[in-house]
Amino acid sequence: MTPQLLIFFVLAALAVLGAVSLIVQKHPIHSALSLIVVMVALAGLYLLMGAEFVAAVQIIVYGGAIMVLFVFVIMLLNAGIEEHTSLSKFAGPPGLLLVVALAGFLAATIARSTGTVQAAAQTGTMSSTKGISNMLFRDFVYPFELTSFLILVAIMGATVLAQREKS
Amino acid sequence: MVPTNYYVILSAVLFGLGVFGFVFKRNIITIFMSIELMLNAVNLAFVAFSQALGKLDGQVFVLFVIVVAAAEAAVGLGIIILIARNRQSLNVERVDLLKL
Repeated sequence: MTPQLLIFFVLAALAVLGAVSLIVQKHPIHSALSLIVVMVALAGLYLLMGAEFVAAVQIIVYGGAIMVLFVFVIMLLNAGIEEHTSLSKFAGPPGLLLVVALAGFLAATIARSTGTVQAAAQTGTMSSTKGISNMLFRDFVYPFELTSFLILVAIMGATVLAQREKS
Repeated sequence: MVPTNYYVILSAVLFGLGVFGFVFKRNIITIFMSIELMLNAVNLAFVAFSQALGKLDGQVFVLFVIVVAAAEAAVGLGIIILIARNRQSLNVERVDLLKL
């Protein structure tokens, strides 16, 4: 087993354990901390694949900004342990079965097509960050500008939603 | 070198766990976190195929997905605050105005 494969299995186990913990935990704060573990493990996987810029953005934007927003809202609303009705407890086992079927189907379908992906692969030296900036500001410049508009609309929407109504 | 299949299978497993959390959890904040988990799983598949093909398109798409996720988190958490203020509860079963 090569060291790369070993690192992959360690990070993959960490990610899956974090995802399971996100579902099993009863308190939303514990779920949020589990999700941070998943995101850091995924950033490690991105580094393993040689996507340094995406790994850095994953840590800064996901692990930093978005999760801080989540934890902030959980504390703001003083969210407690979630309550289950009898119906949602009953729905667990068949739901789990269906989810396993879905994941298996997805993995099998995509994994069967990766043979053609590897056949089409071209080995080229790609310096990741420089290449991404070239593509982002040359080929994808219109979508990139649209995202700034999207963020502006999101800021305005969040402000309007969260403000207290004047009575 | 890790085979691309391994990354894809991990991505499918994480996506499945996200779907399960989305369907099974009752706390609206945890449901929202499950959506983020699904987005992360898709990002992993994007980067894996980007690496397998030796092209950077996948990584650029991951950046766009992250931007959309950030915007979605801002708006979604605003909606959650509104629900919590109107219903005094974060349980989705209490939000049943459209139910017969």
